[in-house]
Amino acid sequence: MLPSELTWLPGQPEWNDYLKRVAALESASTWDALVELANARLDMMTTIRLDRQLLKLFKDCPGSLQTKPIRLAVLGSSTVDHLHAGIRIGALRRNMWVSLYQGNYGQYVQDLHDAASSLHAWAPNTMLFAFDARHLLAGYQVGESADASQARVKATIDRIVQSWKTARSKFACEIIQQTILPIYPRLVGENESRLPGSPAALVRSINEQLRTRAHEEGVTLLALDQWAAEDGIAAWHDPALWHRAKQEVHLAAMPMYGDIVARILAAQQGKSRKCLVLDLDNTLWGGVIGDDGIEGIVLGQGSALGEAFCDFQRYAKDLARRGVILAVCSKNDEKNALLPFEQHQDMILRRDDIACFSASWGDKATAIRAIARQLNIGLDAIVFADDNPFERNIVRRELPMVAVPELPDDPAFYAATIARAGYFESIAMTAEDAMRTQQYRANIERESERENATDLPSYLKSLEMKLHWSRFTHADQARVVQLINKTNQFNLTTRRYSSDDVANLLDQPAVLPLQMRLVDKFGDNGIISIVIGYMVDQTIDLDTWLMSCRVLGRQVEQAVLGIVVEQARRMGAHRLVGHFRPTEKNGMVAEHYLRLGFSALPGRAPDQQFELHLDTYTTVPTFFDITESQHDRSRSITKTQ
Amino acid sequence: MTEAEVLQKLNEVFRDLFDLPDLELAYSMSAEDIDEWDSVNHVMLVVQIEREFKIKFHTAEVEEMKNVGDLVKLVLGKLNTAASR
Repeated sequence: MLPSELTWLPGQPEWNDYLKRVAALESASTWDALVELANARLDMMTTIRLDRQLLKLFKDCPGSLQTKPIRLAVLGSSTVDHLHAGIRIGALRRNMWVSLYQGNYGQYVQDLHDAASSLHAWAPNTMLFAFDARHLLAGYQVGESADASQARVKATIDRIVQSWKTARSKFACEIIQQTILPIYPRLVGENESRLPGSPAALVRSINEQLRTRAHEEGVTLLALDQWAAEDGIAAWHDPALWHRAKQEVHLAAMPMYGDIVARILAAQQGKSRKCLVLDLDNTLWGGVIGDDGIEGIVLGQGSALGEAFCDFQRYAKDLARRGVILAVCSKNDEKNALLPFEQHQDMILRRDDIACFSASWGDKATAIRAIARQLNIGLDAIVFADDNPFERNIVRRELPMVAVPELPDDPAFYAATIARAGYFESIAMTAEDAMRTQQYRANIERESERENATDLPSYLKSLEMKLHWSRFTHADQARVVQLINKTNQFNLTTRRYSSDDVANLLDQPAVLPLQMRLVDKFGDNGIISIVIGYMVDQTIDLDTWLMSCRVLGRQVEQAVLGIVVEQARRMGAHRLVGHFRPTEKNGMVAEHYLRLGFSALPGRAPDQQFELHLDTYTTVPTFFDITESQHDRSRSITKTQ
Repeated sequence: MTEAEVLQKLNEVFRDLFDLPDLELAYSMSAEDIDEWDSVNHVMLVVQIEREFKIKFHTAEVEEMKNVGDLVKLVLGKLNTAASR
């Protein structure tokens, strides 16, 4: 097995036959079958064959997809076309559609700058710069002065940053930059960086600086050097292939490369997974708690196996700290299942770390459906980790949208397998990410309080809810983009905005871009609702209205309408028009505008329109304390200092 | 592995890679006889054969592959060298 293989995906013994059957099919379910085929442990050959079928069966993006079609240009100074199949199949694996720009070999500079180039006509919405080391380091001089060497690095970085800026200004596209593969053999050895001009050292410096600059410029990295460090450079680069075909990235690594590109594209659309559901026995500890008891399970110091389980728990805990929701799904009596969490001193995970704890004897597919419902997330946001192949397979069969990694036998490799799959790929980290498990736990506590509360109004009143609203701010931009791109259920139009799109809305007098933050007695929920309206002829046209499902059933919508109405009047509007564009996931808001008192306008599907006349409308009272927050948080900090 | 077995396995690689399910390889066939066997696909073919037979070609050998017969001989030679080690 090559170290660059898709180790987290299961082998499908029937894959060949299945592909042949799908090739003969011509029905709406063909796409789903292709997605299923893509979710097997493919290699170069199977990836190419599946890609061939994909291109044959789908000339265009299928209309049923929830994701935005991607037009990706991979620009490089050497051969990149051999990577296309991997990227298309990586996207297919995630239910996404990518069309790829077919450029001419080595023409990226002309493509980028020349307004008459075919790239301009093709109009990409995402660009991936995949520069090879030999191109970037052309003319290097071993033994030059340290100053000259530094200047060389700086000039190279400046050139790359200039490419980003050109791409931005000409195409207004998302930008991904691949880090440089460390292909050069060392000249000095362990202390390579002491030799100015050493190509190996130059690549290293360039990669370090790329990280800083990419962060500053809002460019997403594809950290190929990191993959080479994990898998070994031989898995990613074959000098013979370079000499033969100018392929910097090894053809055999193409499926993995494509998967990495696709996970970034998915993250840009908020399609990364959100929740890790963990089995207990033989997944978080060795043995069976119900049989072996608290003394009998293998966990912690004193045994190599016990330490391996601790390490996996630590990985899960670290994931939670950075915003992944943790849940438990175990076939157990709840009392037994909780025992280690409460009493075992070597447990790294505590009950507090688990947002939703499900222990029962029912089947796991049903249990996972219930977990998704309780947490208000989609099944396609869930990763299910279980050591037991039987449970893995039944969940894969019943719930194909749940990701189920093929965990290896040895728990020492659980964490690496899950990490390799890139399920939780994130592009920007926000303050809300760090608090997520707490928020979801608090949510479930609120739910249980609701069960005790006698009626909804008094329950809502008891929550002491405060709604802080403002127009979009620079400080919260990352969270706003995240929310816009990953909210699927409470989302009236499911229109996605890139970071640049959002930035363009700031300070536009005819636009009403609102963000709402909810605080209650259980804590700060962060920004939970977004409305974007455009003023046209004394009407505010509500292009976007969305809300995090964590705060459903709390009359946030009514309160938000109050804010929108007040601001619309201030801007001189006399009417609101709202849109509902149905998708597979947003059925819950089909009645949204009618519930708020709008009346339906005649119109054609799929865009249903509703209007509200402001001159006659009176605001409905809610249980919120509504305040306008003082703009940018960073600015208000400066003020108080 | 016998010569016939090598040829048969190569045949499967050619069929899958070039999407030619009915292809019957013959020793005399070369790139000129198979439209799909162009320079780009040749690179893929070589990588796939290396993976399939768990062998590695010498950079010079790749340039010398002129027809299927050469290919079979080359693969067989490598397999035998590996076996006698």
